[in-house]
Amino acid sequence: MGSVNLDEVSEKYNDVLKEIGNIGAGNAMTALSQMLQTKVDMKVPQVKLVELSEVGTLMGGEEQIMAAVFLGVEGDITGSMMFMVEKASAKHLIKKVMMGMAPESDDFTDMELSALKEVGNIITGAYLNSLSTLTNLKIYPTPPDLQVDMAGAILSVPAIMFGLNGDKLLLIQSQFFDEIQIDGFFVLIPDLESYAKILSSLGIPVDLEGE
Amino acid sequence: MSEIIKVGMADLKTCIKPDGVTTLGLGSCVGVAIRDPNTGIGGLVHVMLPDSTAIKNSNLNIAKFADTGIVELVRQMEALGANKSRMVAKIAGGAAMFASSRPDIVQVGQRNVEATIAVLNQLKIPILAKDVGLNYGRTVIFYPETGDYVIRAVGKPETVI
Repeated sequence: MGSVNLDEVSEKYNDVLKEIGNIGAGNAMTALSQMLQTKVDMKVPQVKLVELSEVGTLMGGEEQIMAAVFLGVEGDITGSMMFMVEKASAKHLIKKVMMGMAPESDDFTDMELSALKEVGNIITGAYLNSLSTLTNLKIYPTPPDLQVDMAGAILSVPAIMFGLNGDKLLLIQSQFFDEIQIDGFFVLIPDLESYAKILSSLGIPVDLEGE
Repeated sequence: MSEIIKVGMADLKTCIKPDGVTTLGLGSCVGVAIRDPNTGIGGLVHVMLPDSTAIKNSNLNIAKFADTGIVELVRQMEALGANKSRMVAKIAGGAAMFASSRPDIVQVGQRNVEATIAVLNQLKIPILAKDVGLNYGRTVIFYPETGDYVIRAVGKPETVI
């Protein structure tokens, strides 16, 4: 195998990835809006190629408490995917889902965590669904896992996966408005061969063997 | 006035007492803190991956890997006047942040810890303390003057190893 650099791949196909991110996030928000039974407005998602050293600062610091849903991706492509929101936004979403039954406390109860996992499951499921429709590839999510911790610690996992092939991390930032502004981040982490599969299924020939 | 120098992800920094070094929100990465107690010269490397030789990529960031990162930190400390034979290390991080069906995701922290220990052993730098594994993030601050390695985690009391 030649020299493979995900940074170069990402930069070259930024527009395509942006479009995938846009459609995926749009679908995810529609699903969320149906779940919450309210109108959810969203801004055009931002696709960002972030230096590993700057990853933490993007979300208000490495120590910002975030809630993240992480799941594996199987089928025609393999990899993993993550959706993360800041703690206050997570609390807000939980409150909406539990229709006011959530207690006012700083920590998350088991019931709240389970509700949040369900929200994450629906959002990521809708995202992957649109990716599957778009590419005509079979994409199955594995059961999600939820973690509430520091942004840096959570992001270390996708950063490591991206770090195998480059020094940058591909993030899709999607801002949506329910009653409050919520900043959600999608991270799609296809294995490198799957990257090529996604792009070529969209009719874009990919040469991953380097220059 | 002492200063605390920040180390980013896949990054390394040295310092001299009374200054310290810190890295925020370590997850599956490992924070390797080394000092020479005689000179008060120390440093921290935020290791992301175990092995640089397993990566086929030309423009390597050497701080990213356990093998190259720790060696480079030791080299930079020696350049400041530290003596390798006196160096001692403490390590933290290497958590399994998520349960996943993919072993490569679950074991990445553990593999970083194992690689870090192997490299330190090879360099004959004793590991005096470690706080590794489990499933939560850690912020660490290292003071080469005392050797204190302060560890903070969400919802847990601060510890010093």
